[in-house]
Amino acid sequence: MNKPLLQVRDLCVDYLTDKGAFRAVKNVSFDIGRGELFGLAGESGCGKSTIAYAITRLAKAPAWVAGGEILLDGQDLLRLNEASLQKVRWRRIGMVFQSAMNSLNPLMRVEAQFHDVLHRHNGASRERSRARAEAMFRLVGIPGSRLGDYPHQFSGGMRQRIVIAICLALEPELIIMDEPTTALDVVVQREILEQVIDLQRNLGFSVLFITHDLHLMAQLCHRIGVMLKGELVEVGDVRQVSRAPLHEYTRKLWGAIPQLPARAREALA
Amino acid sequence: MNALPSLAVAAETEPVIRLDAIERSFGQVKALRGISLGLRPGRALALVGESGCGKTTCARIIARMDQPTSGKLTFRGRDATAAGTAGEERAYRRAVQMVFQDPFASLNPVFTVHHHLARPLALHGHAKGKAALAGGVAELLAGVGLDPEVTAHKFPHELSGGQRQRVNIARALAVQPDVLVADEPTSMLDVSIRLGILELLARIKREKNLALLYITHDIATAAHVAEEIIVMFAGQMVEWGATTAVIADPRHPYTQLLLSAVPDPDRPFVPGDSARFLKHAEEVRRISRPASAEVEQVAQDHFVRALGAAS
Ligand SMILES: Nc1ncnc2c1ncn2[C@@H]1O[C@H](COP(=O)(O)OP(=O)(O)OP(=O)(O)O)[C@@H](O)[C@H]1O
Ligand SMILES: Nc1ncnc2c1ncn2[C@@H]1O[C@H](COP(=O)(O)OP(=O)(O)OP(=O)(O)O)[C@@H](O)[C@H]1O
Ligand SMILES: [Mg+2]
Ligand SMILES: [Mg+2]
Repeated sequence: MNKPLLQVRDLCVDYLTDKGAFRAVKNVSFDIGRGELFGLAGESGCGKSTIAYAITRLAKAPAWVAGGEILLDGQDLLRLNEASLQKVRWRRIGMVFQSAMNSLNPLMRVEAQFHDVLHRHNGASRERSRARAEAMFRLVGIPGSRLGDYPHQFSGGMRQRIVIAICLALEPELIIMDEPTTALDVVVQREILEQVIDLQRNLGFSVLFITHDLHLMAQLCHRIGVMLKGELVEVGDVRQVSRAPLHEYTRKLWGAIPQLPARAREALA
Repeated sequence: MNALPSLAVAAETEPVIRLDAIERSFGQVKALRGISLGLRPGRALALVGESGCGKTTCARIIARMDQPTSGKLTFRGRDATAAGTAGEERAYRRAVQMVFQDPFASLNPVFTVHHHLARPLALHGHAKGKAALAGGVAELLAGVGLDPEVTAHKFPHELSGGQRQRVNIARALAVQPDVLVADEPTSMLDVSIRLGILELLARIKREKNLALLYITHDIATAAHVAEEIIVMFAGQMVEWGATTAVIADPRHPYTQLLLSAVPDPDRPFVPGDSARFLKHAEEVRRISRPASAEVEQVAQDHFVRALGAAS
């Protein structure tokens, strides 16, 4: 494999609390290759979102990168000034936050939010962003006629899909998706993710996919990293992590809610 | 008319909450069309269905945060569709609690976790005095798998997504409601934590006779928590009945599609799959949309809405 697009090296992130510093991410290292779909899994509270925020350098106020490097194409993101960061964010690294449902501007029609982002980053005209927004709405399965609606007029899953659409519209090199499909039923989830994979094949971007759902991750990703209490305890090829997990904890994460009768699952396979 | 889920099955107890022929439109969007259901003490009803099919709207109507365009909401045998007296409103809110879908929008950023849980405990007289409140808060947090020592003094922004979801559940339970409407309450939690919460809800259901409406997109979870299930599509109930019956023998094309799309780690998404799957899903949507008013009883506890004439 040629040089990875993203290299995370010995990353440590602390939260400063009144009880002192709490280390949420401990010496985490991993690479994401060009065109690779990399999955990050692990129990609630293990530090997944903290890593995502650190990569976009959007870490919230009391978060503090205590050590390590985050290299995008060899360039350390942690050393960039705010002006250079602005150029990286969205244009090179796109992010769908875990709070996506709640991250649209409530006072702006969705069409205007598309334009806002596309204009700022690509200088797109109103007509061009309108056309792009319509195409992206189609891709995520929402009728284009609803582009003029405000966020509160959409369902939770629709808002999640709109944020995915805005992120994809910018065609960044790396897309970070933090639990992007928690409000989607399995059918729409699969439709969206298959569209993402199709786009990925055409455009060649890389994806950091964060979820608690290992089964979904295994269907989607090439490689998987598993976190436990701030540490990355296992990284490997999907096959290896799913067939022969090295870590006891990974085996536990593979557990499933007692499965559905086989007949139902085979019904349409 | 068609049998109400939960009323169809042996009528041992009266429903606490009952919806009859509920309709809700937002301008052109018909969010709910003819929803009828009953929530009964000690039982759980799962609501599953496509993103945007009207699940949250239904939950909000039950929680009285929204009003139906037409139809009737009954609470303990009394019409509760229109707002009642202040006393009735208070009694309703004490009896019916909701866990909201978006954990990032539903906790007050200026209050600690302790405050979020202690307030309802005190307000409803479930605990008095500092020590009792702290004990109650600790018990609620432990119940949802959070360490009280670490979590109680935190503010919402200091919690991860899954931790917020669990605080939301604990907050609703603090009221000790008779009816809990939970809108995708565990969507960010992995299996082991989720199972813990499902067991907690099952216990409260059994011991405290809680009536539970559980909205989820995860049909395996639905099967695990709920005796009965409603599958919704485009604002309508398309298939309902005993969960085991519906899952073992899905009749409606949309239910079949939903079951077939459950993530299967042994079947990676492959090139070309996408086109095939999308086409299939599109076809199912096309034939599902023109549903008729006709309901077929498949088995004693299993109903399916007939497809209308596909136009
Ligand atoms: N602002 C903050 N101040 C203090 N602690 C924080 C803050 N934000 C997060 N934490 C803690 O850091 C840990 C990691 O949080 P993070 O959000 O990265 O978890 P996660 O793996 O994304 O979990 P989930 O799957 O539940 O979203 C958690 O224990 C959380 O409570
Ligand atoms: N306040 C509102 N104004 C206008 N339209 C609305 C409003 N609330 C909901 N809708 C519309 O009603 C339909 C049903 O929305 P609802 O939120 O009930 O769906 P849902 O089943 O909960 O979906 P999800 O699984 O994505 O959360 C959607 O088309 C939505 O856009
Ligand atoms: Mg997170
Ligand atoms: Mg919803």
